[in-house]
Amino acid sequence: MLSPFGQQFKDNGYQMGNDRDAPIFQQAAYWPVTFRITPVWHRESTSRAQVDGSNGPGGNEATVTTHGFDWSGLDFHTGGTLAKNFSFYVLPSSDNTGAFHFESVWARMDNIGGSSWFNVKLGKFELDNLLSEKRILTLTNEAGVYQNYHFQPATETPGFYTFGIGDNQDGLEWMGHSKDDRTRVSAALLSSNDGSPGLPTNRGYGGYFAASRAFEVGSLGLQRVGAFAYLGEAPTYYQSNLTTTTTVGTDGDGNPVNSTTTTPYAGTGVGNKGFQRYGLIGMWYLKKFDITTIYFHGVDNAYLGLSLPSTSPLPAGAHSPSWNGGLFESHYMFNPQWILINRYELIRMSQQALPVVAGPYVPDVSVPTSTFGNIDVVTFGMRYYPFISSRAGFAYHAEYSILRQRNVSPVTSSDLTTSSLLLGFDFAF
Amino acid sequence: MLNIKKLCLNVAVMLILPLAAMAQGGDQPAAKPSSHMESHIGNLTGHSEAGAQLYYRYCWGCHGARGNGDGENAPYVTPQPRNFVAGTFKCRSTPTGTLPLDSDLYDTLGRGFNFTNMPSWAALTAQNRADLVAFIKTFSARWVAEKPVDPIPIPAEPKLTVESIKHGGELFQKLECWKCHGQEGRGDGPSASTLTDSNDQPIRPYNFTSSNRSKCGKTNSDLYRIFMTGLDGTPMPSFADVVKPEDAWDLVHYLRTLQVNNASPELALWETTPEGKAIVTAKKVENTYTGSGVKP
Repeated sequence: MLSPFGQQFKDNGYQMGNDRDAPIFQQAAYWPVTFRITPVWHRESTSRAQVDGSNGPGGNEATVTTHGFDWSGLDFHTGGTLAKNFSFYVLPSSDNTGAFHFESVWARMDNIGGSSWFNVKLGKFELDNLLSEKRILTLTNEAGVYQNYHFQPATETPGFYTFGIGDNQDGLEWMGHSKDDRTRVSAALLSSNDGSPGLPTNRGYGGYFAASRAFEVGSLGLQRVGAFAYLGEAPTYYQSNLTTTTTVGTDGDGNPVNSTTTTPYAGTGVGNKGFQRYGLIGMWYLKKFDITTIYFHGVDNAYLGLSLPSTSPLPAGAHSPSWNGGLFESHYMFNPQWILINRYELIRMSQQALPVVAGPYVPDVSVPTSTFGNIDVVTFGMRYYPFISSRAGFAYHAEYSILRQRNVSPVTSSDLTTSSLLLGFDFAF
Repeated sequence: MLNIKKLCLNVAVMLILPLAAMAQGGDQPAAKPSSHMESHIGNLTGHSEAGAQLYYRYCWGCHGARGNGDGENAPYVTPQPRNFVAGTFKCRSTPTGTLPLDSDLYDTLGRGFNFTNMPSWAALTAQNRADLVAFIKTFSARWVAEKPVDPIPIPAEPKLTVESIKHGGELFQKLECWKCHGQEGRGDGPSASTLTDSNDQPIRPYNFTSSNRSKCGKTNSDLYRIFMTGLDGTPMPSFADVVKPEDAWDLVHYLRTLQVNNASPELALWETTPEGKAIVTAKKVENTYTGSGVKP
């Protein structure tokens, strides 16, 4: 999380406000760019992964553990001012194979009309989340994102509709704040494509709204509370699909064996159905200890919740799934170089998309329990910065995270547990 | 027994005499900075221990771990960050050569320094800023050896008239303000390129046409205070001994008319006169946007 000064600096378009914010006041050789990458050793374990066995390929469950040396993706951050009150941010980012995409691409007009209440941003950007997933302190597979920011009910087919508050989104944002940044509000109009380029899914839009207020509590200093909401829609089927047939081998008679894949044509998604996310956040500072608390509530339309085209009938007893979530993240900062991290997230389904019937999960028919898909994740971590510099960063990072999701193991519909241990160097220059 | 008494006496004399001599002055050692300081701003009391935590989070990158302005960013910052060890401060309500009040430093933290890399720290709490003021005072022995004196009086601003503006313009010539600030107040006087601060670093005179914010505030009272206190550590002297209060106010009124890009009562009144309108119009024609968003 940002310090009060950092938050104000960001909200003011990376400007000090001293009439020297245009780049012409910087040394000609200065280019605001940094890269960040993290070489690590990590261990991943899944308690009930699908494996081959007596029941055939993929017919059994077993604990699968992998470990070894690895590295993260690479981020190139560049941002700053183009001129006074014109700021930008561009972040080419790769996965750890080196495949690049643009994580952020935006420009912003700041302090329009001389008012800190009028700032307009256009492009792909992080939503106005007080608890930023892009500045997250944890790095493991389970805890490298906030589960609540990305949760979708277990009845939804992966890839049918993807959405995450933690994902950078494409759109237009108005943001305003008081001069001292104690009060902040924002509203964004966003394409319903979860930040993907090229209008890949549909012609729908969503809206994200956030507001927060900081207040002083005696010697404890500033505390902040806020609320946010995302109201969006996503397509449930496509007007047109591209069918591709490829030969994947030959049969016993030497005849080709073909495989057919169907890919929707970009922008042809229709049958939009709605989804909603709401949250309340509190950021509490108690000297060297701070804690962030968030309450979440989410609702998906039944068609999205079951990954069904809106033209098809819903299964008997189908509902719009809804859930509640909580996040508690605490930090203890011994000093600016050494920080301990703890986080607990929980997600509880309050309404399943399908009727509850004891037994295994039967897609489009029933779920085994009312807790189907519930998540608990606990994370502990430590970061130590051997030096503090405004021009480079280096941290020893150690972290352990364990996640349990109820009744979603692939074969037996038992609880699925995954854990991750990570040790590494996190550096930026 | 006698010898023991004598020995004790001798030891006592050896210990006490040097201390007494030091207390008498003459060879008095220089005062050392105190590791514990407080600040008092209104109802707030700042504590240096709390301020240290904040300083080493927010300030040391420019001002340095020892407060002497040699932080890792200092080579890239112009003007250079303040050296707190010297205990010399630009923005004061107290006479030149004296320490500022705690409230002066507190106000500076909240305001920042326009046209420098020192931002406003208004995002911090009032208590945070008071704590920082207390900690800044631990760097210099001046805070131990000296006490801030009373602030200079600022009489009520007289009524704005065309005559006061004209008289201010005459003073601008008479006091040779133009030598540094230029005839049009653009900071381009004949001496401008030769000026250095107390660290022998080049320093530019204030360009009145660039903004209506000076380093030490934006109100007329702030401008008045700058004349009378000077900006210690810079070539801007105090005029307290050579300018009468009413003259200083006239000068304030005149300087506002140099800020042709910022509306003010002084500029509006000045433009009602044929002479003033002609001058202001001519200056505005010369002003063009640089493309940087900053008016020249």
